[in-house]
Amino acid sequence: MIHLEGISKSYKIAKRSSGLRQAAKALFYREHTTINALKDISFSIKQGEIVGYIGPNGAGKSTTIKIMSGILVPDTGKCTIMGYTPWKDRTQYVKNIGVVFGQRSQLWWDVPVIDSFELLKDIYKVPQQEYKSTIDLLIETLELQEIVQSPVRQLSLGQRMRCEIAASLIHNPKIIFLDEPTIGLDAVSKIAVRQFIKTINKEKGVTVILTTHDMNDIEALADRVILIGKGTLLYDGNLEELRKQFGTTKIITADYAKNTDPIQIPGTAALSWTPERIVLSIDTERVKPSEVITHLSNKVELLDVTIETKPIEDIIVQLYKEYQI
Amino acid sequence: MKMYLAVLRLRLNMGMQYRAAALAGVATQFFWGFIIIMVFEAFYEHAAQTPPISLKELIQYIWLQQAFLVFVMMWFRDNELFDLITSGNIAYELCRPSGLYGFWYAKLLAQRLSSALLRCFPILIVAYLLPEPYNLEPPPSIWAFLLFLSALLLGLLLLVAISMFLYISVFITLSPMGSLLVFGVLSEFFAGLVIPVPLMPVWLQKIAYVLPFRWTADFPFRVYSGHIPEQDAIIGILVQLSYLTVLVWMGRKALNGVLKKVVVQGG
Repeated sequence: MIHLEGISKSYKIAKRSSGLRQAAKALFYREHTTINALKDISFSIKQGEIVGYIGPNGAGKSTTIKIMSGILVPDTGKCTIMGYTPWKDRTQYVKNIGVVFGQRSQLWWDVPVIDSFELLKDIYKVPQQEYKSTIDLLIETLELQEIVQSPVRQLSLGQRMRCEIAASLIHNPKIIFLDEPTIGLDAVSKIAVRQFIKTINKEKGVTVILTTHDMNDIEALADRVILIGKGTLLYDGNLEELRKQFGTTKIITADYAKNTDPIQIPGTAALSWTPERIVLSIDTERVKPSEVITHLSNKVELLDVTIETKPIEDIIVQLYKEYQI
Repeated sequence: MKMYLAVLRLRLNMGMQYRAAALAGVATQFFWGFIIIMVFEAFYEHAAQTPPISLKELIQYIWLQQAFLVFVMMWFRDNELFDLITSGNIAYELCRPSGLYGFWYAKLLAQRLSSALLRCFPILIVAYLLPEPYNLEPPPSIWAFLLFLSALLLGLLLLVAISMFLYISVFITLSPMGSLLVFGVLSEFFAGLVIPVPLMPVWLQKIAYVLPFRWTADFPFRVYSGHIPEQDAIIGILVQLSYLTVLVWMGRKALNGVLKKVVVQGG
């Protein structure tokens, strides 16, 4: 369905240091630096997959999305999506995709949202019947009943974002690219959006590629993650693998009756300690949680114990560190 | 085709929201029209030789110019398009299954049409009812009127085609102000909106006749008043058509050229 091979893209950026003198100098001579936004990126995505595309700021996520949606032309490499090369067969190709750029807007600022939808209907030549059923579904699942009649300028960020997502789906695309679709959404809207993405993926078999910094989005939606950093592909696989690879650490928090002796248990590291509470980080490959608890109960009078898996966010931080990005 | 109509409809809807702006515009244009007419009247009274265009024809010229101001003024622009380019929201426009040139052309055309529809009729009606010699008169013949209509519409299409270059230039400069000033002043002057072309010195007229700008305003207005005879008007319309073809072709080329190089950064 989607096939990228050896995609590279570099930007030429004019740079100068601050200050009036430098600014004057830049009038005559400008220094350029080349930034390699993407270096030899290859992956394939099958129909019906939900793929989370993650990486730190400036890693090249949006650049990849832009290349896949035909907006940018890569320097080298091949990209075939549904048989099209996005930047060559742009007008033919874009009928099949929907794109949400979380930081940009496609709605007409001054008119009610529904007018923008109608215009998109005509742009994509969606038959009236089909439009009607799609729009009803979108309004219902994204909870837009109250806001479609208002001009965009009067909407909050979260309301607007839900409308943007709806606008990208009016023509029933087979692939959707979501570039940070949950920016600025409150908890309720986030869940609504996630639920919605799941629904269209299941019911219509829509392929979803999603970039985000919110790991909860990834956890809730994506079976597969692609990690990119400094323009290079670092990890491509499912989330569970990633967790296993880096998630052998667990956190044990224990409350106990007052005990002033410091506690030391082999194979663990104390993250914090007070006479009433200790937080331990353990490596499950070296020591089992049950052993630690036994150890603890021998030493102190336990009141409460919780065991947590390392949050996915920490795994990502660890990953970033490991790859030095 | 349906898409272009949809853009037009949406724009009209939007334009209707700005009634106060339209009213203010009508008032300004009346005021302006009167001042210019009086200035020319003063000049004509003391003219040493017979001017190449009669005062009567000139008054027609000025009222039409005021009524169809948004058809002929380059500075009447779509800031949304500028924002689209400079902010990078153009990313969305590039994901549409339509050519960008056609889509933007329709947007710009619709914007001018919607503004003109609100403004031209009050001005035309009141100008007809004014006392002699300040009034707007019907054209000399039904033929002249039909020729005027086609020349005016072609002039509008031509102006939009010229203004497309303004938007294309923003891809390179990233700020509309420079191109706006250059294009605005040049086109306004050579379209005869500051001094009607027949009143320019001969050497300047020669330049004006070569450039495309005068075909957007000067030409249709003079067809209306009969200053340009019907036969010449037909030839003029053919010239308009060829200019339009060439400019649209060049515009498409230029836009495709910049789109290949455009880099949407950030986000």
